[in-house]
Formats: sequence, C-alpha cells, structure tokens
Amino acid sequence: MSQAHPALREPWRSLHRQRQGASFGIWVFLASEVMFFAGALMVFGMLRLQHPAGFLAAARATDIWFGSVNTAVLLTSSLTMAVASQAAEAGLRRLALRCLGITALLGLAFLVVKGFEYRADILGGLVPGPTFRLEEPAAQLFFGFYWALTGVHAVHLTIGIVAVAGLAWRGWRGTLPLASPAFEVTALYWHLVDLVWVFLYPLLYLPGRSG
Amino acid sequence: MSEVAFDPTAPHGVHPPSYLTAGHTLRSWLTTTDHKRIAILYMLALTLFFFIGGIAAALIRLELFTPAGDLLTAEGYNRAFTLHGVIMVWFFLVPSIPVTLGNFLVPLMIGAEDMAFPRLNLLSWYIFMAAGLLAAFTILAGGVETGWTFYTPLATAFANGNVLAAAGAVFVAGFSSIATGVNLIATIHTQRAPGMTWFRLPLFVWGMYTVSIVIVLATPVLAMALLLIMAERGLGLPIFDPAHGGDPLLFQHLFWFYSHPAVYIMILPSFGVISELVTCFARRRIFGYEFMVYAMAWISIVGFLVWGHHMFVSGMSSYASLVFSFLSFVVAVPSAIKVFNWTFTFYRGEIGFAAPMLYAIGFIGLFTVGGLTGLFLASVPVDVHVTDTYFVVAHFHYIMVGGAVSAFYGGLHFWWPKITGRLYPEAWARFAAVLMFFGFAFTFTPMFLMGFLGMPRRYYSYPAEFQIWHVLASAGALLLAFAYLLPMAYLAWSLRWGRRAGDNPWQATGLEWSTTSPPPPHNFATMPRVAEGPYLYHPAETGPQHGQPEPEQKQGDHP
Ligand SMILES: [Cu+2]
Repeated sequence: MSQAHPALREPWRSLHRQRQGASFGIWVFLASEVMFFAGALMVFGMLRLQHPAGFLAAARATDIWFGSVNTAVLLTSSLTMAVASQAAEAGLRRLALRCLGITALLGLAFLVVKGFEYRADILGGLVPGPTFRLEEPAAQLFFGFYWALTGVHAVHLTIGIVAVAGLAWRGWRGTLPLASPAFEVTALYWHLVDLVWVFLYPLLYLPGRSG
Repeated sequence: MSEVAFDPTAPHGVHPPSYLTAGHTLRSWLTTTDHKRIAILYMLALTLFFFIGGIAAALIRLELFTPAGDLLTAEGYNRAFTLHGVIMVWFFLVPSIPVTLGNFLVPLMIGAEDMAFPRLNLLSWYIFMAAGLLAAFTILAGGVETGWTFYTPLATAFANGNVLAAAGAVFVAGFSSIATGVNLIATIHTQRAPGMTWFRLPLFVWGMYTVSIVIVLATPVLAMALLLIMAERGLGLPIFDPAHGGDPLLFQHLFWFYSHPAVYIMILPSFGVISELVTCFARRRIFGYEFMVYAMAWISIVGFLVWGHHMFVSGMSSYASLVFSFLSFVVAVPSAIKVFNWTFTFYRGEIGFAAPMLYAIGFIGLFTVGGLTGLFLASVPVDVHVTDTYFVVAHFHYIMVGGAVSAFYGGLHFWWPKITGRLYPEAWARFAAVLMFFGFAFTFTPMFLMGFLGMPRRYYSYPAEFQIWHVLASAGALLLAFAYLLPMAYLAWSLRWGRRAGDNPWQATGLEWSTTSPPPPHNFATMPRVAEGPYLYHPAETGPQHGQPEPEQKQGDHP
C-alpha cells in the first residue's frame, strides 16, 4: 500500500486497513442507532398492545398515499446510494457523483413530501391537543409517537442529505479522493436511515387498513 | 495557562520532545488530535464539573446538619441534589476514566500511534463542552428539581425548573460518550501492535473495551428516553401521559435500561485500573487473567438484563420482580470473582504500599461493601423495606464514589509520572489516600444505618432521632472534601517542583512504560512488538521466597 495516498490519514498505516477500520467504526455506531430507535419502538409496541382499538383507528387516519410515495422514494435513494458507494470504490467518478446527486435529491424529495403531509396533518386536526380530531381514547397517544418518530427520522435524513451533498461537492471539486472510506461510511448511515423508515411505515401507516 | 502549567520539560533541548512541548499556543491545544492532549483537555473539564457537583453535595450536607430545613428551601434542596446527581453522573463519573486515562493510555498500552479516529476524538470533547455549556445554563437559570432520574409525570407536567435544558445537556453529553465508545472499540480492534493478541491485552484495556460496548448500546436508549420526555414537555405530545393512556412505567423501563448499565459504565474502567495497580505493587501476575476478562464480559452482557431491580416497588408484576431479582444475583458473581482474584494476586506477593496501592486496597474494601449491600437490594423483600431510603444512597455511593472515584484517584497517581513526567510527593499522597478511605467511611456508613432505620432520601428536614447519623455524615464529608482537594493541590505543585520521573518509575510492565515520560507525540520511536502476556513481574519459580514453583494458572499465552 502506498504510504503517500491522499486518502490515508493518521494513525492508519495502509488504506486497506483504514477502510476496514472506518467501516467497522460506522457499524458500531449503527448498533448504537438501532438501540436508539429500539427504545422508542419498544414503548410504542407496548402501548399498542394496551390500546389496540385506539391505535388502529389512529393509524387509519394517517395519509397512506404520502407514506407510500415516500417509502418508494427512500428505497430508490438507497439503491442510488449503494451504486454511488460501489462506483466510488471502483473508481468510476462520474457515475459515483451522479448517483450521489440523485440520492441527495431523492432525500430532499422525501422531506418535501413529508412537509406537505405534515401540513395536511396539521390542517386535518392530527396534532395532539385541544384541536385534535379523533375521538378514540388512545389516538392522541398514537399521534404523539407519530410526530416524535417521523420527526426524529427526518432529522436523521437531513443529516444524511447534508453528508451526501458534502461528499458530492468535495468529490466534484476533487478535494476528496474516491478511495476515501467516507463514501462507504455515508452509504451505511444512509441505509440505516432508510431501514428505520422501513419499520416506521408499517407501524404508523398500515395498521387498521385491512378490516 | 494550561500550556505553561503542563510544560515540564523546560529548559529546552535537555529532554526528548514530548506531546506537551509539541505546541505551546492555546490554539495548538484546542485543535489537537493527539489522544494524550485530548485526555488533558478532558481532565481540565472534568475537574471543573467535579467542583460544581461537589459544591452541590456540600450544600446538601450542610442543610442536613440540623433536622429542620434552615439553609435551603425545600425547592432549593431538591435543586441541589438534582444538580449533584446530574453533574456527578453524566459530567464526571460516566466520562471520568474512559475519556482521561482511557484516552491517554489505551493507544500507549496496545502499542498504537493514536486512537483509530483522532478527529472524532477531538469532536467528542467539543460535544462534551457544548453539553457542559447547556448544563451551566441550566444551573444559572435556576436549576431543575426532578432528581437525576427525570421521572415522568414530574418531569413532563409538574416540575417548574429547566427540565428541557437539563435533559438536553444530558442528551448532548450522550453523543460525546458514544463517540468515545466507538473510538475505543475501533482502536482496540484495529490498532494493536504486532503480537498484541487479545489475551495479551492489559486488563485496563479490557475494561475500556467492555465499558465501550456498554456505552455504545446503553446510552442511545437514555437518549431516546430523554428525547421523548422533551417532546412531551416541550411540544405537548402525549407520550407517557396517563390521561391519554400513556404509561409512566415505560419511561422508568427505558431510563433504567440505561442507568443500571451506567453503574457498570462507571465501575468497569475501575476494574481495569485496579488490576494494573494490584499487579504492579504486589509484583505479581494477576491471578486468573482469563477469568478476569470473562468476568468483565459477563458483567457487560448480564448488566443489561437487571434494570428491573430499580422498579420493585413501581408496580411491576411480581414475576418480573422474581426474574430481575435472580438476574441481579447472577450479575454479582463476576464482581465477586474479581475481588477474589485481586486478593489472590496479593498472595505470596512482594507488597509495597505506595499511594496508588493504598487507593487500590481502599477500593477493594469499599467496593466489596457496596457490592454486598447491592445483594440486599437485589432481594425483593429487603428492597421493599429500604427503597428510597439512605440505605440505597449509601449503597450506590460505596460503588460509585468509594469504588470509581478511588480507582480514578489511584490511577491518576499511578500514571501521573507518565502523563506529566513528574513524580508526586509520596508522603502527602499516602496521607490523602488513607484520609479518603476514612473520610468516605465516615460519610457513608452512617447512611446505611439510618437508611435501615427508615430515613428516606431526598428530604431536606427529618425527625430529630436521625440527627446523630446526619451529623456524622456531614463531618465525614468535610474530611472527604479535604481528601479530594489535597491531591489537586500537590499534583498541581508537582507539575513545577516535582522530581522528574524516569520512563518507568514503578518498574511496571506494560508498553506505556517502555516509552519516555511524558511520551513523544507519536508515542513510540519504533513500533513495539509484543512477545509475552501482561504482568510478567517475575518469571515463574523465581519469585522472592518462593521455595516451590508458582501455582499453575491460565494467563493467556504466557511464554
Ligand atoms: Cu441497578
């Protein structure tokens, strides 16, 4: 391994080890993230067991169109992110940059759709409090979690968009070598944010739709 | 100021370049990615928080000198003990050993140039300082009265202090913890020198590794619990609100899922420190090295499964209580193994009573009492009797203060020559160590007694019959405060006037002693190679007064 490679940082002695180490580090961090969401989902699950009728009725009040479109958008973004990461590793600069750009745009699209959904929710009386529309006893509880969980997810996604856009910018300017571990690390984080949504979508949007 | 105070190598040119002389400007410190300098930055910050938490403790002990509430109002007292708990737990004890000694020593002990992610290491310090600013804001804005536990609905609906700022401070500090944990795990996995196999790692490194796993997996759960509290209080979302069908018990589950493992976050690093001290000053290999490693791993796993023992009287099902009680006994076994193994390490040792060893011996005694009384609390009938009394307060202070803080001071003395290149004054240090032990015992032993008699915690006035115990505790706290301040004075003194330490003033094993004191910026002149296990203080059969060979014991792959 060349010691003088521009992507090599202290204290690593080879780029190969550095990539391994960075990817190992982000996996450890993702384990931490999983526990972060697991705490809230555990509480959510317990409350759903305690209040099945209220939670089903509340879930029916979410807008499944916004939710489903956003699921499709985010899953697609994970595809382009995966392509970008692999392309960067293979040294395909144009493909990597293009896919990073698309990923960031899809992430932004998710946030825009989510914004319209939030607007509809607010106008539709789905904010817990005196103006809340649903009658079922635990429906406000459900929407407490709806806002908290989708909000935390949106914050994660925003961080992801900034990171991806930063990679694309630095890659385009040529200040970040394609061999940098940053591409894989960012991709793994992006996939986790996507995966969190894969849990949130069925828990928040799908219950109560079949009957 | 710091770069002058920490510069032990003037006049220049006489001594090899050290990390302390690598840069003299404030900027060189604030932008450093050297793990040793970051450890110093953390040390300065933690000292400040230790003072703040200590002042709150002093207020508490002053108030409790008399049965009537005279010094503080009831509300002021609530704010004082909350401040004491929040600052001491999250801004001193949880980070204490990992971010200072761990940061400084882990790369040195495994023969690495630096941590795996040096810039993340610096970032973690800035995150910690941001959290500290939020905590300072909380204090200046009048504090918070929820107790360090932030129980809902008190924290969400009824408290009128700065709950959002306090919870936010703890939330932000969590990111710093997680960053340090990720960094330590990755460093230990990827930066070990050639020949430094897993079972040749010093036990301090094992302590850092297991604690990092607990930090990484437990801290995010607290973060989510606090976030939900903040969402309920700040945004009005009904998360735990019983009026909407929410369940405050669920918050307690989340909180203790973190906060029981947090006890191990505070004590696992101490286990590592004590293992280094005991072996060095008994001139012995550690007894049962592999068991010491497995005991720490056991604690870090089973420690996640016992949080319910904090909720025996919260209305949890009695079957759950039974299981949590049983598991709490199970998690005590590895701690007992460690105490036995340290004790057996003394056997046939050449025991010296330097100050670090006095701290270590004090640790073993106090930790044993703290651990045994933990078993009282793990059995449901006793716990029901003493829940929320001073018995509990005494128990966890024995672990966290008698245990973790003693180990921190012991480790600080032991590695002080390596960190600063100077020796501390030994007689003063021994005096401080003994004083700390007795000051601690005078402060907290009366709490066991009055707790068992029914004195509840978190009250600012109390029946006159308890006064004798409270006066004893307050008088002991005075001794204890002196024992904490004294080392700060002579350690600061030693920076300028202490005798210069050689590379290895204790004749200790371990790679950190093979480099210069203080170490050069990149730790080692040449990359170390490791060919033997830790703590080979003397080869088998040649120990002093050893007629017969050493008892056979498993210690990794010894030569
Ligand atoms: Cu516990």
